[in-house]
Amino acid sequence: MSIASIQVSETPLVLYALRRADDALILGHRLSEWCGHAPMLEEDMALANMGLDLLGQARELYSYAAEVEGKGNDEDKFAYLRDVRQYRNLLLLEQPNGDFAHTMVRQFFYSGFADLYWRAMMKSDDAILAAIAAKSEKESAYHIRHSSEWIVRLGDGTAESHRRAQSAIDDLWAYTGEMFEADDSEWALIEAGVAVDPATLRSHWLKTVTDVVGEATLSLPKNDWMQQGGRSGRHSEHLGHLLSELQSMPRTFPGATW
Amino acid sequence: MVTALLDDTALRQQAWDIAAGVVDPEIPVLTIADLGVLRDVAVTDGRVEVAITPTYSGCPAMNMIQLEIELALEREGFRGAKVRTVLSPAWTTDWMSEEGRRKLRDYGIAPPAAGSSRRALFGVQEVACPQCGSVNTEVLAEFGSTSCKALWRCKSCREPFDYFRCH
Repeated sequence: MSIASIQVSETPLVLYALRRADDALILGHRLSEWCGHAPMLEEDMALANMGLDLLGQARELYSYAAEVEGKGNDEDKFAYLRDVRQYRNLLLLEQPNGDFAHTMVRQFFYSGFADLYWRAMMKSDDAILAAIAAKSEKESAYHIRHSSEWIVRLGDGTAESHRRAQSAIDDLWAYTGEMFEADDSEWALIEAGVAVDPATLRSHWLKTVTDVVGEATLSLPKNDWMQQGGRSGRHSEHLGHLLSELQSMPRTFPGATW
Repeated sequence: MVTALLDDTALRQQAWDIAAGVVDPEIPVLTIADLGVLRDVAVTDGRVEVAITPTYSGCPAMNMIQLEIELALEREGFRGAKVRTVLSPAWTTDWMSEEGRRKLRDYGIAPPAAGSSRRALFGVQEVACPQCGSVNTEVLAEFGSTSCKALWRCKSCREPFDYFRCH
């Protein structure tokens, strides 16, 4: 037995909160997959801690989306009872962990963005989003610091770690453009002072990324063709597999508690 | 015990004192008042509502703290107390009391740097060893045993110690 997905009334603010919640949940879940498998104990704890921060952010954002929507949904229903096409996270964040370099480059690209994004969102006219931002920006600051150090360590390390880090950058680069996109539903919120225009963050992000990648003796791809689709529910094949694991218990045993 | 003779103001003080005595399950020397997590206590018609503010977004201790507050009030005769979470303004380690910082240090955890600014996060961190007071210390792991801690080591007395990260 399995149970049907929920319906979501995607008003601009509900959709906006869900997209950010999905970002945090999906990346948090990916990081949790490392638990017990990281190259060393300290890194195992770091990855789990970062995943926990993201899970916490997701919970606050889902709860807020549920409150705004007012249709009886809650954080658990949003996480467990939506199908792939209802998920609105960035494609970057659902990409498989790959090797440690891929995980760290994914983290670095996203945390560099999240750090700027949450800092800007602290000025949101929406008091709850501003409060979630005030917390998340500090957590993102720890994440960007940690992942930056690893990019330098890997790039400027051995020939093998350099090769792997460069390969991760090349593989994931095309997913970074989506972070700076906004569609019509978001524009309404940007004009109302609730959301920030992510495109305004790009030059600062690119400078940070270029500096760290340079220090790591790595390079960014010249190709700037960018993949997109996550924000509108068009995902890579990887998200379905992730959700089947994340959702299997509540889908198989509806309402189960322990 | 709650009696009809106590008015809401007196009840509020009583309920506040009870809630303020609840400790962090991970750091049992700190009360939620020391942490700055206890935000408000309201009494309406004898019903207590406690407002708390979450610390780190994913901190699992928050659920425990909520339960502990409800139980502590129940034990003292406040039936059906409610705990609600207030997100705004966001909690910061700057809200930790001086008393809380002292208790942390005595417990063997270096208290968070004052001023949870980005400078404190990204500048040169100077963390004093809670055992010997030396600032000749080094970070071993940025992410420690709980969301709020990093693992450090004192190069003077050689003791490893937890540092409560600024947030």
